[in-house]
Amino acid sequence: MSKPSLKQVWEWLDAVPDPEIPVISLVDLGIIRDVDWQEDTLCVTVTPTYSGCPATSIINLDIETALRDHGVEKLELKRQLSPAWTTDWLTDKGREKLEKYGIAPPQPAGGPKRCPLCGGTDLEKISQFGSTPCKAHWRCRACAEPFDYFKCI
Amino acid sequence: MADKLNKNDALFQFLLRLGDNTLVLGHRVSEWCGHSPVLEEDIALANTALDMIGQTQFWLGLAGEVEGKGRTADNLAFLRDVWDFRNLLLVEQPNGDFGQTMMRQFLFDAWHSIMLGRLMKSSDQRIADIAEKASKEVAYHLERSADTVAGLGDGTEESHAKMQTALDLLWPYIGEMFVGDEVDAEMVKAGVAPDPASLRDEYDALVGRVLADATLTTPDSKFAHKGGKTGMRHSEHLGHILTQMQWLQRAYPGATW
Repeated sequence: MSKPSLKQVWEWLDAVPDPEIPVISLVDLGIIRDVDWQEDTLCVTVTPTYSGCPATSIINLDIETALRDHGVEKLELKRQLSPAWTTDWLTDKGREKLEKYGIAPPQPAGGPKRCPLCGGTDLEKISQFGSTPCKAHWRCRACAEPFDYFKCI
Repeated sequence: MADKLNKNDALFQFLLRLGDNTLVLGHRVSEWCGHSPVLEEDIALANTALDMIGQTQFWLGLAGEVEGKGRTADNLAFLRDVWDFRNLLLVEQPNGDFGQTMMRQFLFDAWHSIMLGRLMKSSDQRIADIAEKASKEVAYHLERSADTVAGLGDGTEESHAKMQTALDLLWPYIGEMFVGDEVDAEMVKAGVAPDPASLRDEYDALVGRVLADATLTTPDSKFAHKGGKTGMRHSEHLGHILTQMQWLQRAYPGATW
């Protein structure tokens, strides 16, 4: 097969869902740092969100499966630790999808801007940690519902 | 340890110290999984443990690479015995009650955050990269453990008493963090890591601030239990941790998922 363009590869990767928050893609999450052809080998550079994130190996497997399904034969996955992943790399599209899904997107102020369920702004933190390493647990005093907040790091 | 310590051996030992700290404490903290006082704390402790185990994979992975004998992070974690571990005595101490666990976490997080901050400027880029990644997570751990220590210390009469008891119990394990040896000297010389003693002032200031908020009394004594980071004299507790942590690989060598 002829080499697919890098733009095409980015599009394919943008269709691979995050295994734990499937409404956003790996590209939305900002963990794909680089895609490049080294001769006839496609190199994809990935950075982990959290050191111990159990999804990391699944993510690598999902990338590999998706690209192989598109006919990429020679593939190399590289791990890059620095610069360390930051929630600044979440795409705007990803932030919107998170909120629609019920997860408050990260804010530089360190807490959610509004309740992703009712839009209320009277919020309280329940725990600095939540259902996955990347989230914290908050509650809205207006609708009394708990919700996940994507931690800002 | 051999008479002549070359830089590579020292680097290997230094990386084991970093990786064994997070491995042993990560294992200790994970013992709370399903047993914490409330669900939110359970989740928080499990997440903290997960971060530390993740950091362990980086440190021990690099240690194996530096050693050059083909040992992986898993080999180092699961197939070494007590005397080959290089963690601080503090992190192998039993969990005790929830307050004691959080006090231990705070005393470690405070040191860990300062150490990682310095390691971000390491002359070894691989170490600087891991430190950069880990320091973000550890800043978060420290925020939580410091808040919890302050909240429980400045809480009820009972919680205050328990936190003071925990502090008095764990304080003699602090000193080991700041004692240097030939491994540290070699790392300082190579620009890889700071002199451990140089972290003490910043540590005392940080810990002092939080303990004051917590209305707790910092013990006077500078007596320090030593022997964890050199591996010379671990406490009896480490062996018990390893029997639990390593039994599967010992009973079924090479077992994989």
